[in-house]
Amino acid sequence: MNATTSDADLDRHPFVRGLGPEFVRAMAEHTRRRRYETGATIAREGDPAREFLLIGAGKVALELVPHDRPHLTILTLGPGEVFGWSWLVAPHRWRVDARALKPTEVLVVAGAPLRALLDAHPRDGYQFLLRLVPVLATRLDATRLQVLDVHAP
Amino acid sequence: MSTLPEPPGGAAALPEPPLAPSPYSVVARTADTVDTATLVLRPLATDACPPFRPGQFNMVSLLGRGEAAISISGDPDRRGELVHTIRTAGLATQALAAAAPGATVAVRGPYGIGWPIERARGKDVIVIAGGLGLAPLRPLLYELLRHRDRFGRLEVIYGARTPGDLVYYAELQSWRTRTDARFQVTVDAAGREWYGDVGLVTLRIPDARFDGPNAVAYLCGPEIMMRFAAEALEARGVRREEIWVSLERNMKCGIGQCGHCQLGPYLLCRDGPVLGYREVGPLLRVRGL
Repeated sequence: MNATTSDADLDRHPFVRGLGPEFVRAMAEHTRRRRYETGATIAREGDPAREFLLIGAGKVALELVPHDRPHLTILTLGPGEVFGWSWLVAPHRWRVDARALKPTEVLVVAGAPLRALLDAHPRDGYQFLLRLVPVLATRLDATRLQVLDVHAP
Repeated sequence: MSTLPEPPGGAAALPEPPLAPSPYSVVARTADTVDTATLVLRPLATDACPPFRPGQFNMVSLLGRGEAAISISGDPDRRGELVHTIRTAGLATQALAAAAPGATVAVRGPYGIGWPIERARGKDVIVIAGGLGLAPLRPLLYELLRHRDRFGRLEVIYGARTPGDLVYYAELQSWRTRTDARFQVTVDAAGREWYGDVGLVTLRIPDARFDGPNAVAYLCGPEIMMRFAAEALEARGVRREEIWVSLERNMKCGIGQCGHCQLGPYLLCRDGPVLGYREVGPLLRVRGL
């Protein structure tokens, strides 16, 4: 289900709050609110990644689906968090599956217009990236610890 | 080198632990995970167990099978029984973890310095456990929950490898219904049958509810996890001297004589296992130590 959104909706999200009002207003023009029921697939690995998603409510699982093994949930995310960065990075394909673990509401920003906005508003675009990169860095750190399997007997 | 942390109740608060083991009977055994079991022990020679502080450990043995240092994981107020959660890691722990009700084990202790609970009075408290690290923190949780009005917000973050590796699962479920504390449980990876959180404990710290400069943190788990968690806590404003960690090394004698558990200037069985991160944090970064 899609619904239009306003810049006020967007500005309430912690990831966006504090970015320049003009930038947020322009971003809101390309943003829709979307609801997922429990179990709904939000994204599939390998599909075109055309959206940046900001979680307003609910819970999202990021999953790996190896061809020879069962689904493996590698991270769950909740309100205030964001996911989907492949809209920014070529070849713009989802690297994981994403699935709603409970009724979930997300703000969905169209990727291509967002890239254009980052180009057109370099100051705000830089601020945007200063918020996105720590998210990626933190998850990369966590992944390193997961690889170490620190709890292994 | 900085001074060692004071025992929470003062050096003379507890009697000297006995060096000779005492016999205990196993009265209950619960299999927590495929390789971990919790034993409830009752003393055979006395009516009550020696008093202990949350965070202390005992040397537990099964005749002819060896001895191991095991954290006390029960309620300090229940003096009639002793609870140990044991993960199979070698011959001694394998035998202990498999001990059935009716078996007799030998216990000496309690040893070591426990969690400095009094430092948290009036402050927010963060408890972070990884894997079996919840065992030495559980007595602390009993104390914190029993005296809830003495502390500020209580945030507990517990992580394990998979859902099947979570210990005290039923108790965790019960704790999570409390409204005066928040228990976050997360695993490193899970299948689709798990609807709980997935991700390392460190990822839960930025959104945890506590006032960093007015908080005390207690950590136990894999050293690298504690190191990353301590960094995340410091990023939230928790002062380094208010971060406490429990360390495990190869404890043998339990009384600071043999040196097996040495970490830099510390003998963990005697000076720890709970130590201040301000003192011990730099040692955890020394490669090969």
